[in-house]
Order: sequence, then C-alpha cells, then structure tokens
Amino acid sequence: MTDVAVPVTTRKDWMSDQDVRWCPGCGDYSILAAMQFLLPELGVRRENTVFVSGIGCAARFPYYMNTYGMHSIHGRAPAVATGLAVSRPDLDVWVVTGDGDALSIGGNHLMHCLRRNVNLTILLFNNQIYGLTKGQYSPTSEVGKVTKSTPFGSLDTPFNPISLAIGAEATFVARTHDMDRKHMMEVFRRAHDHKGAAFVEVFQNCNVFNDGAFEQVTGKAQREEMLIELHHGEPIRFGADGHRGVVMEAQGSLRIVEVADVGEDALLVHDEHRDDPGLAFALSRLARGPYEPTPVGVFRAVGRPDYGSLVDAQLLEAQSRRGPGDLARLLASGTTWTVE
Amino acid sequence: MTASTDTAKSTRPVESIDQIVIRFAGDSGDGMQVTGDRFTNESAIFGNDLSTLPNFPAEIRAPAGTLAGVSAFQVHISDHDILTPGDAPNVLVAMNPAALRANVADVPVGGSIIVNSDAFEERALEKAGYSSNPLTDGSLAGYRVYEVPMTTLTLEACKPTGAKPRDAERSKNFFALGLVAWMYQRPTETTVAWIAERYGRTAVVVEANTLAFRAGYHFGETAELFESAYEIHAAAHEPGLYTNVTGNTALAWGLLAASQLGKVPLFLGSYPITPASDILHELSKHKNFGVRTLQAEDEIAGIGAALGAAFGGALGVTTTSGPGIDLKSETVGLAVSLELPLLIVDIQRGGPSTGLPTKTEQSDLLHVMFGRHGEAPVPVVAAMTPSHCFDAAIEAVRIALKYRTPVYLLSDGYLANGSEPWKLPAIEDLPAIATTFATEPNAGAVGDGEATAYWPYLRDPETLARPWAVPGTPGLEHRIGGLEKEDGTGNVSYDPVNHERMVHLRAAKIAGIANDIPLLDCDDPTGDAEVLVLSWGSTYAAALAGVRRVRKAGGSVAQAHLVHLNPFPRNLGEVVKRYARVLIPEGNLGQLARLVRADFLVDARSLSNMQGTPFHVAQVQGAIESLLQEVAAGHTTGETAEAVSSTGGDR
Repeated sequence: MTDVAVPVTTRKDWMSDQDVRWCPGCGDYSILAAMQFLLPELGVRRENTVFVSGIGCAARFPYYMNTYGMHSIHGRAPAVATGLAVSRPDLDVWVVTGDGDALSIGGNHLMHCLRRNVNLTILLFNNQIYGLTKGQYSPTSEVGKVTKSTPFGSLDTPFNPISLAIGAEATFVARTHDMDRKHMMEVFRRAHDHKGAAFVEVFQNCNVFNDGAFEQVTGKAQREEMLIELHHGEPIRFGADGHRGVVMEAQGSLRIVEVADVGEDALLVHDEHRDDPGLAFALSRLARGPYEPTPVGVFRAVGRPDYGSLVDAQLLEAQSRRGPGDLARLLASGTTWTVE
Repeated sequence: MTASTDTAKSTRPVESIDQIVIRFAGDSGDGMQVTGDRFTNESAIFGNDLSTLPNFPAEIRAPAGTLAGVSAFQVHISDHDILTPGDAPNVLVAMNPAALRANVADVPVGGSIIVNSDAFEERALEKAGYSSNPLTDGSLAGYRVYEVPMTTLTLEACKPTGAKPRDAERSKNFFALGLVAWMYQRPTETTVAWIAERYGRTAVVVEANTLAFRAGYHFGETAELFESAYEIHAAAHEPGLYTNVTGNTALAWGLLAASQLGKVPLFLGSYPITPASDILHELSKHKNFGVRTLQAEDEIAGIGAALGAAFGGALGVTTTSGPGIDLKSETVGLAVSLELPLLIVDIQRGGPSTGLPTKTEQSDLLHVMFGRHGEAPVPVVAAMTPSHCFDAAIEAVRIALKYRTPVYLLSDGYLANGSEPWKLPAIEDLPAIATTFATEPNAGAVGDGEATAYWPYLRDPETLARPWAVPGTPGLEHRIGGLEKEDGTGNVSYDPVNHERMVHLRAAKIAGIANDIPLLDCDDPTGDAEVLVLSWGSTYAAALAGVRRVRKAGGSVAQAHLVHLNPFPRNLGEVVKRYARVLIPEGNLGQLARLVRADFLVDARSLSNMQGTPFHVAQVQGAIESLLQEVAAGHTTGETAEAVSSTGGDR
C-alpha cells in the first residue's frame, strides 16, 4: 500500500478494548490468542486487516480484534467478505465462522466463495454443537447425539468440513486444533499467505455444551498416537517415533499401518500441491470422526487465480480497450436524433 | 426536427391522424418484440412521441401456436405529448390464430386487424381453441380485417436468397413490420441498416429479412387492400439530443452516473430474476466504468456482497424483484443497523410468491416500507417513467451516500421494459453527490486537545449520519455489527435506555431526509378543485392522462405525484388535507392510500388495478368523474363511488 515500513507490533496492539465474553474455559480463547500472537509476525497493518463473521459464539471474534471488523448475520459472512475482498483487493480479509454458521445456514455461501476462490482466509471453529443457542446438535455432530432438540438422538449424517471444502473446489484446505497454539499459528500463517480462498477447520472445544468432543484426538496424552501431522513431501507417519503410517491401497483407499510391517518406502508421501484433489479427499476420509487417528495440517494447497484478480483484470482490459467510462458517450450510445 | 428519411412518399392517398396505438402479436418465436422495438425506433427517429408496452409470457417457448405462447408489443405513437402506451390498440397485427384470439377482445369495435391469413389453417385454429375460422365465420364483422398471406409473400420475396423455406419463413415478422411501416409512413432506412448490423454475421439472414421488410412495405403500397396510408407528424419536442430508452437501461445508466458523481466505485451484487436481470446485464457491459458486477449464488449473497463492498467504501447496489426482496430483508435490516450506504433496487412484478414474473404490479410498497423485524426505517424512492429511472437512481444513491443508509429504489415491470423518448441530460447539469469519508479521529479529546479515538456512531448533528471510515484508514479501526450499539462509541450495548435512544435516532435520521427533498408539487390550475389525484411510480402516466381528459371535459381536478415514499415530502399532509377527496390509483389493493390515511387522517380512496398491466386512462378518468359527482352531490361521508373502493376501514 505505502512505501513506509510496516510498524512493528506486539500482541497487545491487536487486542481491542472490549471485554472478551466467551464462557471461561472456551476453546475460542486459545484461538484468539494464537491469532493475536501471529499477526505481529505476518508483517501486516492493522488498518488493512478485516475480520468478518456471521452469528454464533465464534462470530464474536471481530469485536476482540483491534482491526476493522464486521459482525454480520447468520451464515452470510462469506458473502459479505466476498464483496469486500473483491472490491478492495488491498485488504487482508478473514472470515471467522462456526459449524452451524458455515455449514448449516450459510452452507451455500461457503461453497461458492470456495469455488470462486475469493481471496479470503476462512477459519471454521468446529465444536460440533450449537453453543450460542444453548446446546442443539449441529451439522457436524455425530449421529445419535443427544441434545435438547434431539432427546432421542440425532438422526442425520454429519458433514466432514474438510471433505466438503475439497469438494467445493477449495484451493487451500487445512485443519488445526485449539490445544496447540504453535500448530494453529503455523496453519493460520500458511492460510493467510495463500492467494485465494483458504479454508481452515479448527477443532474447538465447547466446554459447556460439548465438552471433550475432540479429547480423544487432541488431548495431551492421546495426541501423539491420534493426530497425523501432514507435511508436504514427507511420508505420512505418526505415533511415538513415527511407528505408524498411512499407505494407499491398490484401489486408492488409505489404510493405517505399522511402519515396521510395511517398511518406510511403502508409506504415502504427502503432496499438498497435487492438482487432482483425490489424495486430499482420501486423507479427509481417513478418520470417520475425532475418535480415530485424524490428519491435521495442510491437506491441499494449489494455485489458481483468485476471483478478485480476475475481476480486476477484466476491468483493466476494458479500460485499456475502451478508455475510462465516458458518461455522455454512454447515454448517446443507442440510436439518437436531434430535435432543433 | 431533422428526421432523415430516404423513403419515397406514398403514391397512394395519405391521411393525417394525430395518434395511433398498434399492437403486434404473434407466437413467442415469431419475433414480435423485435418487430415492435423496430417500429418504435423508426417512430422515435421520425420524431413522434411514443410510449411502449411489451407483454410476453414467462415461459421462454410455450408450445407454438397456443394462447400461452402469445407474445405482444404495444406502441402508442402521436404528434403530441402522450403519457401511456394506450388503453386499447387501434390496430392489431396478429401473426396466427392464437395471437388473434388472445388480443381481439382488446380491440375496440371498428378497429383494424391485420392477420397473416396463411396461419389460419385447421390445426392452428384448433390449437388456438377456435371451433370455426374467425376470418370466415363472421365473428370479426365489427372490425376492419385485412387478410394478408404473409408467409406466402415472405417465401416468395426471399426466393433469391436460396434460403430453405423453413428458414425464409422466419422473416415474416419483417414483412409485417414493412407493411405497418408503409401504413404509417415510417422511414425504412434505419431498419434496413439495423438488420445489416444485427444479423451481419449471416449474410443470408440479412438478405432475407431485408427482402421481406421491403416486400411488406411495397405490398402496402401496391395492393389495393388498404384504403390509404396514414401519417402522424412529429411531436413538438424540446430541442436537444434524444434517444429511446427503457426503464432498466435508464436505471443502469443512472447507477453509472451516480457512481461518477459521487466518485465511488460501483459494486453490483445480483442474482438473475425477471424483470430486473437486464440491469445486471447492462452494468456487466460497462467494466470500463470501473463497475464490478457479481452474479451471486443467491439473492442473499447478492446483497451481502454489496454490503461488504459498501463497508469497503464502494457504492454497493443489489437489484432484484419481489421474491428477491423477501430473501434480502434480513440483510437490509443489518444495513439499517450498520448505517452503511446501500441501494436495493426492486423491479416490482405480480405477486404473491412467484406470481406473474413478466407482468407489472406496485404491490411491494408496504413490503419495502415495513418488511423487516424491529423498527428499521428505510428511505424509499420510486421511478415514475422509463427515463425517470435514470434520475431516480441518482436521487436514491444521493440519499444512501449522504445519510449512510440502505435505500429502496422502486421500479416495476412496466417501466423496466417500457420505453419512451428521452432528451439526454447534460452531464454538467446532473445533481452533485458529495461523498465524505472519515480520515481522522473524532473523539477522545481531553480539553482542547486533539481527538485520539474514533467513534463510528458519533453522528453529524445536522443529518444524524454517522461517519464512514473505510478499512485502510490508519487509526480508525473499528468493529460494527448487527447487535445494538452504544450511542456514539458504537460498542455493543444491551442497555435498555440506550436502545430506545438508538431506535429514535435511527427513525429521526430517516425522517429528517424530508428536509432535503423537494416539496410536493400540486398542480391545481383552477385553484378550486375538490378532488386530488395522487400517484406514485409508474401510475404517474395513466393518472396524469386521466386528469387531462377530465380537465378537457371541463372538470376541475388537482394532480400530484410522489417520487419520495419515505419520508414523504414534508408538505404532503398539508396538500392532501386541502381536498375533499384524494384518489390514489395504484397497482395494489391500496397500499399508499393506507399510508396516507394513517398518516394524515384524510379520505383517501384507492383505485386498484391488479391485472398485471398499467392502468387504462379511461379507468382513472372514470374514477375521477365518479368522485367529482360524489362531491357535487354533497356526499361527505361513507359511500364509495363505483370502481372506487375504500381501504383502511377494516383495520
């Protein structure tokens, strides 16, 4: 934007003067902290940073950031952010959303902003529950979930947000969790640096209405054996000393193995840049829920022109071919006649 | 008037008439809209005043030859100032039996009917639901019927092109156009040139259409079928450069003008919907104006993106029709709360639900006034004629930008597709639009010190508008949202007293716009009228025409027209209270009448038309005359005259 160097900032500079009002112990606190620690490292300006949200607990996020921000309406943040990002390509636009906001009421907008590849960074705080409305099941809740609105257990199959994003032609898809600030910061950084729509699912604990939903995979004691950290170009392995790994079967499905049984050369090598989304999709299906070994990190990161740049290119081309808009000429562009 | 024409004057008798209403009707695939449009252009260039009414089915191609598939285009041309497309056609051109059957009832006895007699064969008659041939069974005895074998003559004319008969037959609409061009002595060269340009890619089509057009013209000249041709002299228009413009085109151009006047880039978020899509199409063509158009995934995303762009400092616009307004309502409420400029264009059509997509109505007025939860006032501006859509767009944008508010701009299907000659405005005469962005802190000063903080809801004391600080402005970072905000700071506040204050502030801001719009101009030439005709939107034309007819017959009646529906001009109450009766013709069941009665406690009577078409002048004239009689008879209460229903009494 300007030639002046970006001022050095600290976490404090990115904190607004508003009291944070999430429930004590909510996973959102650690996500907020990760963001406020990360932004000083990104070399960006506060005035050029915008957080847009919809409705839900996660959607209060912008109020706590000392940047520009809009707390919009339920499900519509990707649409609002699309208009902002497309008309102001100079801005860093973040969308903060939740599983109900993004995948239920706002599913259509999420899907379309991913396929358009609008230059946005979308953080989906997935806690598998409706928190702000006090505990109904969400589109990511497991089947059979007993909640106030499903006293006999929920009946509908949940969405897998990573699979959904890949299916919606997303160019950047990643997952992280609220128990590991370093991992969050790294994934958020990668997502921010991606040109185009970057989608990040954040496993987030709702300690009031769905406590421990991810404990089996993100708990300190379980993490090592249950989280599969993806690293581009490296064989996919996890567990103590990397004793377990992922192989691809002949027909393309993935399987978790003991490395000792198959040898390291048999392991699948992660390739986040593969244009064909098949591998990323297969990885997204590896765990049926947060109780089986679950991949985290960047599933997919491929290059495709972002929507706003394409729009601008058309404007520039039109202006270079036809000159800037001339109103008088436009009004007289149809059949005209003169009355004297 | 310089209307160049190479057309030789007819060697046949030419009779002068002052006006004519012609309706072209045929199958959806017969090209009737093109034919009507061309005739309109020929007439505009010739210098006639004119008004048009396209009328087409919602289906793209209903089964050929059926009543459902009939498409029509009515044009009213005259040598004097006219307002409406005419109540009834003097001449009906019917390309097939279905077109005849669907339209003949509108032709007054004694009117002319020109039919393509080739199309009146058994199967086509059956498809149209005729049990006998109307050309031979005497049912058209009251009309002057001209039977012209248009298909045969077109095929004959197109022989030199070598086109297959099936292709050549498609040129028969140009034969009909040529024939009518002769009847009304239109210039032909512009149409010949237009054909060459429009169909230039296919030489054989250019040739066939041109030959058919000329053949039609010459047929009129040589066949002894027609007693005479007619000429309608040019109307006395004000000097200037003119074009013929539809409402949707004028509206799109108005948005481009407003963007330049306000020096804010235009962002359109829109989802295709009849009859608003043409605005999206038109704006998408003009990217060199810096317009960004987004065809969104749905109506909600269209307005959401427009609002996001507005947050970033753009002129955010969304265009739609009634069903889209339903979906956008929540975002309009957010814009009310955010106090950001936003324009929502509603090209009204028949409702409820999907209703009549291609027909006109004015039934969204109360919807846009009140269709949001909470106390959420929104200014409303309504266009009155096709060309006025240009001015109305600029005015609506002016209000949105100055007062940081969503604004509704109402047009309708009739204005959108109807056209009229428009004297092009001089760019330098267009109204100024001042756009101001906040660049400095506005609060937090200690004593006489400089402000150190930015309060997004610290209002301008005069307009009550809040400052507009856009992302990218250092030091003014702030958060806004749909939660109630504290007066001044804009911080989230659940304080009951603050909420009440904010509700009143938002209402006062919109009400205050009344001080910034023109007073209502009431035309009461004799000064003794007891009846006022008050119109809004496209009803302007029929209302004024009805008033003129009554006055011509010696009646005394006042006339006024509202462009601003919210807030009303501040003298509206004073004006309506001057008259014993206020007649409000509108394409709904009395929505403005309800508002006027509620606001001013006057005896406003609604004249309603819900047929998906503009009012007939005769309908308005009759209603005025009834009221004049009622007043003259000394009735002061209660009884409603025929054709005039009262509204509001059942509340």
